[in-house]
Amino acid sequence: MKHFSRKQLSIPYVIFLVLFVILPLLVVLYYAFTNGEGRFTMTNFIGFFTGTNTIGTLIYSLMIAVCVTTLCLLLAYPVAYILARSMFKRKYIILMLFVLPMWINFTLRITALKEIMTAIEGNLAYYPFLNSVIGMTYDFLPFMILPIYNALEKIDKNLFEAASDLGANSLVVFLKITLPLSVPGIVSGITMVFLPSMTNYVVLDMFYNSTYIMGSLISSYFSAYDWNNGAMISLILLVIIFAITLIAGKFEKDEERKGAVL
Amino acid sequence: MRREKIFSVFFLLMMSLISALICSGCGKAGDEDVLTLRICNWEEYIDEGDWAEDEVIELDDTTILGANSMIDDFTEWYYETTGKKVKVEYSCFGTNEELYNQLTLGDEFDLVCPSEYMIMKLLAEDKLMPYSDEFFDATKEENYYIRGVAPYIYELASETTVNDESLERYAAGYMWGTTGIVYNPEEVSKDDVKHWNVLIDSDFKRQITIKDNVRDSFFAAVGILKSELLLTLAADAAEANTDEAYEAYNAALRAEMNDSSDETIQAVEYLLQDNKDNFYAFETDSGKADMITGKVVANYQWSGDAVYTLDQAEEDDFTLCYSVPEEGSNLWFDGWVMLKDGIGKDAEKQAVAEAFVNFVSMPENAVRNMYYIGYTSAITGAADDDTVFQYANWCYGAEDDDADTIEYDLTYFFAREGDENSYIITAPADQANRQLFAQYPTQDVLKRCVIMEYFGDVINAKLNQMWINVRCFNPFR
Repeated sequence: MKHFSRKQLSIPYVIFLVLFVILPLLVVLYYAFTNGEGRFTMTNFIGFFTGTNTIGTLIYSLMIAVCVTTLCLLLAYPVAYILARSMFKRKYIILMLFVLPMWINFTLRITALKEIMTAIEGNLAYYPFLNSVIGMTYDFLPFMILPIYNALEKIDKNLFEAASDLGANSLVVFLKITLPLSVPGIVSGITMVFLPSMTNYVVLDMFYNSTYIMGSLISSYFSAYDWNNGAMISLILLVIIFAITLIAGKFEKDEERKGAVL
Repeated sequence: MRREKIFSVFFLLMMSLISALICSGCGKAGDEDVLTLRICNWEEYIDEGDWAEDEVIELDDTTILGANSMIDDFTEWYYETTGKKVKVEYSCFGTNEELYNQLTLGDEFDLVCPSEYMIMKLLAEDKLMPYSDEFFDATKEENYYIRGVAPYIYELASETTVNDESLERYAAGYMWGTTGIVYNPEEVSKDDVKHWNVLIDSDFKRQITIKDNVRDSFFAAVGILKSELLLTLAADAAEANTDEAYEAYNAALRAEMNDSSDETIQAVEYLLQDNKDNFYAFETDSGKADMITGKVVANYQWSGDAVYTLDQAEEDDFTLCYSVPEEGSNLWFDGWVMLKDGIGKDAEKQAVAEAFVNFVSMPENAVRNMYYIGYTSAITGAADDDTVFQYANWCYGAEDDDADTIEYDLTYFFAREGDENSYIITAPADQANRQLFAQYPTQDVLKRCVIMEYFGDVINAKLNQMWINVRCFNPFR
């Protein structure tokens, strides 16, 4: 029996890629640059950047995403740090405790959270922005903890000993060694949290935030049979996401190079 | 070597699985002699069977129990009566717009059950097939629909026209109802909910939900904006108190509530924007639970969901009521329509589709569906069959020891032409603004209920833009 060549092995993936990634993207592209009659037009594109509603929604989504990401980072870093440094032999169990909620369907978790928040706040409807941020933070936290934990785990322990030998106190060790070396983890954590929090409108719906974010705006255009504008907004969002990933990737590489020099 | 072999076998299996999946999408294989009927209906909008043994509806003449799903019962019934096998592919949609998008994406169905305005849109776009002449032949026993449909609903459909074609040839009524306000009588008084204005009342700040769709919200907002005018119209009609006056009133009301002029759309936009922070939420489904758990004191609701909410609350010994504001409200119905794309020229398939509509229109089946989903069937049953009325009486009739009762007159709905009987339910007094009222509004209430038109693409686009303006964060405003 002969081995399968690399080419042969990649066939299923190529089929998948063409059918479920490239073709849909082409369809999106087609709708984004045509009007209702199927003729080429740039009005959807211009409309996005001149419409105060669309720009307002973009700003609102960014505000939510920045808050969620910051909150996730502030919560996740100490947890990941403690876990990675922990001498506890079965620290995987603790890590598991953080990942465990992910095994439960997220709408179920948000429903439960909603009840708790109602008990605390009384009437949820008074704090739509805060609630959306809390809900998303709760939802996305594991995506921030895991990459940071992995990055911290990988750091060579000898580096800390060497630094201490040379007279650095623990704060200096953290600032000069731990933090820079964990940047790749932070960056991938941020990309994993920032992007979904711009579009995950289910959380907003469940917390009664009646203001649209990018995801809900797209879906509202689609339910109004306006596929062209919906496709254009999806496309612009895709470009924004792509740009952020590119910048993050570049940042990550720079840090890795620095790490190598160190 | 062995491991490699296992791997290759596994790989081949995977490949064949993938190709099988892809192929099943393209080719349409299947038995030639078994006809397939593709139905698309609202979610949870038909009896799905599996009732508990003690969930029996015991009426005077019959006992009704849903052991199997309505769909299974249909295939069995069709085989028994015609000797032909039929397969039903049943799927669901969540909103009318979702169904429409599915249809434009190329999904093919034979029989679908959208709301009246979507039926009008589909008819305007020439996508519907008319029912056959035999279907409307009331002398044949198997034509349960035409023999059993409530005259009120049938007239409503025939008065609704698109390009001079009236709806009753194309749509068979399934469920109908009103929209109104479910409220907690301990927090909101009966007088408060007499007017749409309660939705934006600052006394109930952040305690009332409205619907997360442009049509329902637009309708309520027009009711608030034109309150004074609409109440005057109603008062004038009541003063004259003649059938002609009420007819004229209803026509005027219909025109006012469906006013889609630019000024009205603009005024609705400002009204909703100004009061956005006064609502608890724009909801589609969560309002029922929030009402039952007491998170909100009132919510804008469809009558069928209102019945469900009131029933659920009652199980927790929590009393809720339903009200239809005096300015007037929305009367809606969902109907079975046959699609040209699906049925085409296939007469046999059309016969199956019509048989299905007749099957769900049998009085026992109408009762089963009503019991299961909580909405009100458009079927009253043939002149000699009062199963549906017996069911209403079974649900809401007073017990012998109830002291405070009312005579609730539903003759207008149940009496067919030439039927001299009166249909009156002796019900506990509080049912006048509870489930019975939500399920079967009185004739007086229906005088102030109107259909919301299908507005056409240009005005629809304006309405959708208005809705987006209301919902978006806009710092430049």
